[in-house]
Amino acid sequence: MAGVTLMIDGVEVEAPAGESIMQAARRAGINVPGLCQLDGVSVVGACRLCMVEVAGTPRPRPACATTVADAMDVHTDTKELREHRRVLLQMLFAEGQHICAVCVANGACELQTLAAEVGVDHVHFTPPAARLSMDLSHERFGYDPSRCVLCTRCVRACAEVEGAYTWGVAGRGREAHLVADLGQPWGEATSCTSCGKCVSVCPVGALFEKGTSVGERRVERALVSSLTARRQRESAREVLK
Amino acid sequence: MSKPRLATVWLAGCSGCHMSFLDLDEWLLELAQAVELVYSPIADVKDFPENVDVTLVEGAVANADNLELLHQVRERSKFVVSFGDCAVHGNVSAMRNPLGDPGELVAEAYRDAVTQLHGQLPDPERGVVPALLPRVLAAHEVVHIDAFMPGCPPSAERIRTAVEAILSGDSPELAPELRRFG
Repeated sequence: MAGVTLMIDGVEVEAPAGESIMQAARRAGINVPGLCQLDGVSVVGACRLCMVEVAGTPRPRPACATTVADAMDVHTDTKELREHRRVLLQMLFAEGQHICAVCVANGACELQTLAAEVGVDHVHFTPPAARLSMDLSHERFGYDPSRCVLCTRCVRACAEVEGAYTWGVAGRGREAHLVADLGQPWGEATSCTSCGKCVSVCPVGALFEKGTSVGERRVERALVSSLTARRQRESAREVLK
Repeated sequence: MSKPRLATVWLAGCSGCHMSFLDLDEWLLELAQAVELVYSPIADVKDFPENVDVTLVEGAVANADNLELLHQVRERSKFVVSFGDCAVHGNVSAMRNPLGDPGELVAEAYRDAVTQLHGQLPDPERGVVPALLPRVLAAHEVVHIDAFMPGCPPSAERIRTAVEAILSGDSPELAPELRRFG
């Protein structure tokens, strides 16, 4: 495959054509913060945390959803981008009820880690007055919409890797929330295979295994990514045969 | 030069942050040499003093007493630190916010709960139980805060790092691994 050469934070990086800026940066050891991106499922560019500056373009662009090009000059860590990420993360915190001290994902939460990395040590916005009720109808798993950041990793893993298409997003703006099948309780969603992939990819504590308590969530988020990678290797082998 | 005057206050929180402060063990002896502790739940001082250099605020602002004390703290301190997640963003103390009317919560706790055999509401005339605010607030929603120390509780190491930086006049901003919520 033809390659391109670009600059990321002043470092010359070679990348295969078609690769995203985020992938190229990671290979070069430059970590671009992100929440919705997950190796092995499709790209949606929903969280906007991975925005980077590309010289010659008027607006920042999502590193996960922007393809590398020859002679591109990318900056991932400018003062403006850091401020942008701090505001975005604060808005994510203020949209739900994120109380790390009582959360199943405490210590294993990507939102919590990002806040520390990006420098969000307090939140300027006021969280919503009401707490949304949990869906605990599933035999093994639970869903707490107050902790959901709407990254849609679960929706994509369920559709693209498990092929069940149980999860979807209903409502708009602040009303947006996950729905199982046509909006029935998760436990009554007949398409759900109870595989747990959605739970394993959740970056926060919105989807969790019942019976796990504060800080007990130790999920393998690479499960879905490694499954997809293995499938791709398998199909490449099939093609060679 | 006189020693810096340090104070710590305990608003609506579980005192876990102060427990973590006590986890500093023998460093507390060094701290006692370096500062004058002028007000703290661990010192028997009734009124918050004037001319305080640094005050650590544990807990959220949940009732009228918390509100009054925090305003006093701000007026009388040069540098105020939100000490732990409750002061920083409300945390567990603010979990009552989505439940609505604090009057109903007080009635549930003091009068209606099944464990209350002779339950009665606190008498506002006697002023023993301070009136709850409609919503629990983070400290920075009430007064200006100069530095934030997240954590539930912040570890002893985190407290020491922050306090040392503040006392020596360095930037109180903590390193990423020391500023995690929870």
